Amino acid sequence: MSVSRRRLSTAVLAALAAVSVHGLVPAFAPALARDVTAGSLVVSRPWARATVGTSRPGGAYLTIVNKGTTADRLLRAETPVAAMCELHRSIMDGGMMRMTPIEAIEIPPGGEVKFAPGGLHLMLMGLREPLAAGKPVPLTLIFEKAGRVSVELAVEPLGGKVGGMETKGMTH
Amino acid sequence: MTPRRIALFTLAAAAAVLIAFALVKGARLLTDPAPPPGGALIATAGADIGGPFSLVDTSGKRVTDADFRGRYALIYFGYTFCPDVCPTELQAIGRAVDLLGPAGEKIVPVFITVDPARDTPRALADYVKAFHPRMVGLSGAAGEIAAVAKAYRVYYRLGPASKPGATDYLVDHTSFIYLLGPDGKLAALLRGGVGPDAIAQGLRSVLR
Repeated sequence: MSVSRRRLSTAVLAALAAVSVHGLVPAFAPALARDVTAGSLVVSRPWARATVGTSRPGGAYLTIVNKGTTADRLLRAETPVAAMCELHRSIMDGGMMRMTPIEAIEIPPGGEVKFAPGGLHLMLMGLREPLAAGKPVPLTLIFEKAGRVSVELAVEPLGGKVGGMETKGMTH
Repeated sequence: MTPRRIALFTLAAAAAVLIAFALVKGARLLTDPAPPPGGALIATAGADIGGPFSLVDTSGKRVTDADFRGRYALIYFGYTFCPDVCPTELQAIGRAVDLLGPAGEKIVPVFITVDPARDTPRALADYVKAFHPRMVGLSGAAGEIAAVAKAYRVYYRLGPASKPGATDYLVDHTSFIYLLGPDGKLAALLRGGVGPDAIAQGLRSVLR
C-alpha cells in the first residue's frame, strides 16, 4: 500500500494546492497589469473612486495576497495627492453604518486581505487635487516586513458603468 | 498497481477534489456577501415609515414630498464626506436606475444629506450629478433634516472632529434605500450593500 498511499497523499496535496491557489486569485482579475509583487506579497487591482472637488475625502481599495510562509502587516499608506491616508473599516453596528480607523492590518501567510466597498478602505484626506476618472495616482503601502511598496491607483468614475467594482456587502 | 489500488486511488482523488471544492465553497460563504434571502427588498408590511418633508434642492428651491407625486422617488440618506458606503450606494442606485431602462425613467433618484452643516444645497449640486444626471440632492435646516430622518426611521450621529471647529468629523448613519410610490407612500424598502443588479431586480418587482 505504501506506493499508492504516497500517490494518494500527493493527489490530495495537489488538489488542495490547486484549490488554495484558486481561492486566492480573485475570480475576476481584469487588471493584471496593475498588480505589483513585492517579495511574497502581491497587491492587486488598486483603485480609487473619483472625487468631486478636493474638500471631501476619497476612498481607495486593493487586495493584498501573502504567498509567503510568514505574516506581514500593512502599517500605513501614503500618497502625494493627499495630506493623510488612513486605514478604515466600515462596520454595521446596531443598524448603524460606522467607520472606524484601524491601526494596522495583518496579512496572514497564504491569506489575503481585501479592501472593498462597504468594508476595509483607505481614506484619502486633505486632497491636493481631485481624483479624476482615468487619471491614475501613485500610492505607497508601508509593510512591516516587505517595506515600501508602490502601486498606482486606477481612478474610476462615480457615474455610468460600475466598472469592476465589487461590493463587499454590509452584512458582516 | 493492482486494479483495486487504481480504483481506490481514483476514488480517493475524486473525494479529495470534492472535499476541496466544498472547503472553497464554505470559505466563500464566509467571506463573500451572501445574496440576501429574498433579494434587496425588506418586508415593511404594517411599518409606519415615510411621510411629508420640506427640504431645499441644489438650486435653493424648496421641495416637498408632494413634488414627487406621480413619479417614483428612490431615496438614500447619507453625507457627502463619506468616502466608502455613501458613494457606493449612490453609484449602485444610479446604475440600477439605468439598468431598468424605460421603467427607470419613472424613478427620480434622490440623495438627502444627514450632514446639512457641510452639505449645503449648493455643495450638493456637482456631487449628485456625478452619480446620475437626474439625481436630486436635498438639504435643509438641521431641524428639517431631523424631521425627515425621524419620519423615515433614519438614525444618524455626528462623530467628533479632530479639533474643535474642524470639519473632518465622520457621521454614523443607517444605510437603507427607500422607494416612494407615485402616491407618495413607501412602496419598498431596500437594504444597502447589495449592488446595482439586486437593487434593479428588487425595483422591477415593485414598479407598476
